[in-house]
Amino acid sequence: MLTKRIIPCLDIKDGRTVKGVNFENIRDAGDPVELAIAYSAHGADELVFLDISATNEKRKTLSELVSRIAKNINIPFTVGGGISSIDDVCLLLNAGADKISINTAAFKNPQLIKELADRFGSQCVVVAIDTKYENNDWYVYLNGGKVKTEMRAVDWAKMAVSLGCGEILLTSMNNDGTKNGFSNDIIKLVSESVNVPVIASGGAGTMEHFKDTFVYGKADAALAASVFHFNEIGILDLKKYLKEQKIEVRI
Amino acid sequence: MKIVILKYNAGNIRSVTFALERIGVSPIVTGDIDEIQSADKVIFPGVGEASSAMHFLKEQKLDKVITDLKQPVLGICLGMQLMCNFSEEGNTNCLGIFDQKVSKFSHTNKVPQIGWNNIFDLSSNIFDHVNENEYMYFVHGYFVEVGSNTISKTNYGIDYSSALKKDNFYGVQFHPEKSGDAGQKILENFLSL
Repeated sequence: MLTKRIIPCLDIKDGRTVKGVNFENIRDAGDPVELAIAYSAHGADELVFLDISATNEKRKTLSELVSRIAKNINIPFTVGGGISSIDDVCLLLNAGADKISINTAAFKNPQLIKELADRFGSQCVVVAIDTKYENNDWYVYLNGGKVKTEMRAVDWAKMAVSLGCGEILLTSMNNDGTKNGFSNDIIKLVSESVNVPVIASGGAGTMEHFKDTFVYGKADAALAASVFHFNEIGILDLKKYLKEQKIEVRI
Repeated sequence: MKIVILKYNAGNIRSVTFALERIGVSPIVTGDIDEIQSADKVIFPGVGEASSAMHFLKEQKLDKVITDLKQPVLGICLGMQLMCNFSEEGNTNCLGIFDQKVSKFSHTNKVPQIGWNNIFDLSSNIFDHVNENEYMYFVHGYFVEVGSNTISKTNYGIDYSSALKKDNFYGVQFHPEKSGDAGQKILENFLSL
């Protein structure tokens, strides 16, 4: 049976991890490669690297980093952050990324999704959606959550899938950083509205939150950063717990 | 030992190269016919779309080269599907090594299947020291039904072929290069055939 995936997310700036991490036996916690190896060994199913420097002059640094990661780990990983053109994607996939994640650029130019899917296949095109609940609905936000749009998250997700995206990474801005749990209502709505996998993001604080997003949110995968980085939840412990809760995971 | 990774217009070649380098093997990535024919082992990778991939292989006259190979050949993902006789993806006539058809997953499931799923009913030496029900990483929207060439099965709504074998030809639907230590074991087994 296809398992639910647990995905640690690492923020990268100028080739280094940004948020602090609290791991034993890591020589250089700022080195994304060291962390990637550790997460892979701890049982992560996949990794996401989000480049928050994301300026053109940093592109080369990023592709070199991607190449080092790809050489050193044997699980899949996605790279996102400021990707806006076919050339950006080509560079990262050639460096060894398995998937790329696009956000604002896809919203501003939805045809980019189709062009990428036609050229590289849907399986490597992840559309990241940042959404916030206000006035009784969930709206899409751009530019790292700074710019509001009038588009409902579920409508944008459906459009992105119709254009060929192979996966949706859905972040609830209301919940992100709160550790109060994932926004399972919008995750469920999107997951049941599209026929591609949905990765739940934003709000993980306890192991029960992961169970809830799989059971109630119908998520296919769950992404988190700080609970893993600060070792508040061990990935293997989390997977053992989920298995006890009758959720299929890879152990 | 000379290992060739067949280079054509499909992605994912870097990942396979890196996986072999982790095992300590330096593959040659090439579309050159002489190099392919003189290899000890040939890996036929691929993530992409069937009809454009077949078109490219025919244009480069690689279709005949592949089917005539006598050394062990391993098709991965799209590579395995192209070794079948027909794919519903773009209604494409493929290489016809495995007498099986490639069909699209029905929409009762999310398509593509992305993630870790288990392999069972393992029956080939490329699975030596790999546990029954081991998890492998899959990314695919099309599948091969269970047939006489099936050497492992996986369930996604239905049981289907997650690996095939006929004579010197092997195919795996999953990505051994991305499937942790168990996936690496399968690559090692293939290299020691």
